[in-house]
Amino acid sequence: MPGSLPKFRSFGSARKAITVLAAATALPLSMSACAVQQKPADAVDGVIQVSSTKDECKVSADSAASGSLTFAVKNEGSEVTEFYLLAEDGLRIIGEAENIGPGLSRNLVVTVPAGKYTTACKPGMQGDGIRAAFEVKESGSKSTADADLKKLLDAGTQQYAAYVKHQTEQLVAGTKDFAAAYAAGDAATARQLYAATRMHWERIEPVAESFGDLDPKLDAREADLEPGQKWTGWHRAEKDLFPPAGYTALTAAERSAIAKQLVADTEELGKRTRNVEITADKLGNGAKELLDEVATGKVTGEEEIWSHTDLWDFQANVDGARIAFESLKPVLEKKDAALSKTLETRFSALQAELDKHAKGDSFTYYDKLSKEQIQQLAAHVDSLGEPLSKLTAAVVL
Amino acid sequence: MSGCPFGHTGEAPDAVTGAAPGRFSRRGLLSLAGIGGAGAVAGMAAGFLGHDAVASAAPSEPRPTLIPFHGEHQAGITTPAQDRLHMAAFDVTTDDREDLIQLLKDWTAAAEAMTAGHATGATGAVDGPYDAPPEDTGEALDLDAGKLTLTFGFGAGLFEKDGKARFGLAGRRPDALIDLPHFPGDDLDPARSGGDLVVQACADDPQVAVHAIRNLARIGFGKVRVRWSQLGFGRTSSTSRSQVTPRNLFGFKDGTNNPKAEDTELLGQHIWATGGARQGEAWMAGGSYLVARRIRMHIEIWDRTSLREQEGLIGRTKRTGAPLSGGEEFTAPDFAIKGKDGQPLMPMDSHVRLAHPSQNDGVRMLRRGYNYTDGSDGLGHLDAGLFFIAFVKDPRTHYVPMQMAMAKGDTLALEYLKHTGSGLFAVPPGTKPGGFIGEGLFE
Repeated sequence: MPGSLPKFRSFGSARKAITVLAAATALPLSMSACAVQQKPADAVDGVIQVSSTKDECKVSADSAASGSLTFAVKNEGSEVTEFYLLAEDGLRIIGEAENIGPGLSRNLVVTVPAGKYTTACKPGMQGDGIRAAFEVKESGSKSTADADLKKLLDAGTQQYAAYVKHQTEQLVAGTKDFAAAYAAGDAATARQLYAATRMHWERIEPVAESFGDLDPKLDAREADLEPGQKWTGWHRAEKDLFPPAGYTALTAAERSAIAKQLVADTEELGKRTRNVEITADKLGNGAKELLDEVATGKVTGEEEIWSHTDLWDFQANVDGARIAFESLKPVLEKKDAALSKTLETRFSALQAELDKHAKGDSFTYYDKLSKEQIQQLAAHVDSLGEPLSKLTAAVVL
Repeated sequence: MSGCPFGHTGEAPDAVTGAAPGRFSRRGLLSLAGIGGAGAVAGMAAGFLGHDAVASAAPSEPRPTLIPFHGEHQAGITTPAQDRLHMAAFDVTTDDREDLIQLLKDWTAAAEAMTAGHATGATGAVDGPYDAPPEDTGEALDLDAGKLTLTFGFGAGLFEKDGKARFGLAGRRPDALIDLPHFPGDDLDPARSGGDLVVQACADDPQVAVHAIRNLARIGFGKVRVRWSQLGFGRTSSTSRSQVTPRNLFGFKDGTNNPKAEDTELLGQHIWATGGARQGEAWMAGGSYLVARRIRMHIEIWDRTSLREQEGLIGRTKRTGAPLSGGEEFTAPDFAIKGKDGQPLMPMDSHVRLAHPSQNDGVRMLRRGYNYTDGSDGLGHLDAGLFFIAFVKDPRTHYVPMQMAMAKGDTLALEYLKHTGSGLFAVPPGTKPGGFIGEGLFE
């Protein structure tokens, strides 16, 4: 929280590791695309018009030069359509633009080395589609072989999956300790464990939040509640452990119930994360979303309004984002070395700023930070957040 | 003195069509009174202009600049949304019923003048005594009326305070003028919320809108004080089919599915209030309820989001505004049609789906919001977003359920929006010449 719905929006769909984010560079490219319309020849500037109808798949060019290609796909039929660029074998998917409603247009941007390919429109999303041969000629622009990149991406996603598993295990174990102390009325111990345990949650927040039913039970803030909604989870305990003036403490029975629920929900989360499929685009988007969380919830002090332990969460979000970045870094260095370097520098700068407020394993409480210090932190978050948002497209396109 | 009482008649635009370009001086009401009021001016103007005006009007494509103040309903609701907004809410500081009534009469007179393109007060901005402060503040001199509308509403605080009725209005607070519930995620600033009175000033020229609020505030000193005020720099909704759908700060067309001024039956069903269930609220017949929500947009975060995610969150394409189920901007969304992953093309948590009448018992609201920016949030971001305004027949059925659903399930709202101000106001019906705003309430 804030935000109780899945942020890893694409978890449900079975996409390839090298998923093509179809629309990223849509506008400028397709505007220039008018020039090549109705010229079934080489797509000189790399933009190819595709018109998908009930029984036709008109592609404005049957060849292009290797490198970044844009297919501007327009669905001129009456059914939902898809467009694929397939390898020569007609099986392996190089890129796809799916779920294009009738009358809509969508761009498919894909980087392809020289070779023979197949284009296919699939009106009605059934069958093999309407296919045609497509040739990509050598342009001299260097691109790393697809297979090498795929290997690196697979290694990255595996690395990150291991990280998620490790954090989840620590979260479950830590939550049990916290819950035991809290239920037993050992407020001092519970307060001490509160922020440190939550860091495991915050490190994997985009994954943890992807379960729309568990997130509000575990991480809802008081302001997130609707009238009549039962308040459970971390922040319920937070208010009880760091009470505002005039607050009536929970009874032992109420504490017990909160603690028990917290453990049960966290164990359920642990179980479900095992089945989460991690792909490169989710990884890249997850890193960006962690920085979004920092920008909207932590650097504003809204996440931990009673305990003021926002900087613990802040550090944990940055940790999670950095691990995701590092998992993708080997690919990014091949595809956009400059972006990789920028991200490296800005992660370091943000960490250095955070370190100013670290004391061993602890941090300054948010309410003890000066306005200038908060502004400095916010500036570093934005300076990293902007280039970090380009990570996914840089890696998977 | 330069105030020739007939000096403006040759240039006065037709009240409805604005057949002549609206450049004329903002004289005080005195000059108007001299020739029998605004209606007479309009009539005379038409007479004076004759067919010459038609001939000269054609090539220069003059814009209509006047929106009539009087009518069955208040202007500024179904009026084609003007480009700019200045809205202000006031706390009533007097406890005297007659003071309040006098204020509403004074505001009515000032509103009649300003919406007709004139200055406030009998002597306006420059035609008064040399040793007195001018009655009108003057910054709208030389400007035309810019389609100014002034729409007035009453907040709950006008009727009761600390559990006690005010101004002898016991039993007159309409049942529909509820205290809005807390919606999940609300982060309301009391200094940007509530208010006993509200004035919505809309015009195509921001200076005209600000001038109007400023002069009404000035007239009110001693009886009311400004509680909050909000500028909107660009409309986000169309309220007429004659208008192109504008875009909000997310870059998407907003208000595509708005009921339009032409949809008279819809307006009767969903926008105009009835006389209610009790005698005490009969005065609201022909009025409406204005919901104002200051919605901060996390635009910096939004800008870092892929186009795929942006379109999925909204449920429309960014370029044309067509629903993701296909078609063009005004094609009805098909919520059933599915993609190859078995998920609907209009995502379950998309804004359009959650806000659509089909998901909300068929209720409609007339949105009339404006984009705003209010400086910085102090952390290096623009404090920017949507100043949401909606007019509804009854907020209990036409706003609260939908907003509750969106606050819970709309990923757009959860991740990218924050409600920072709120107000609900009973907007009385329109005023007749000789009457005053909300007079039914005091009968």
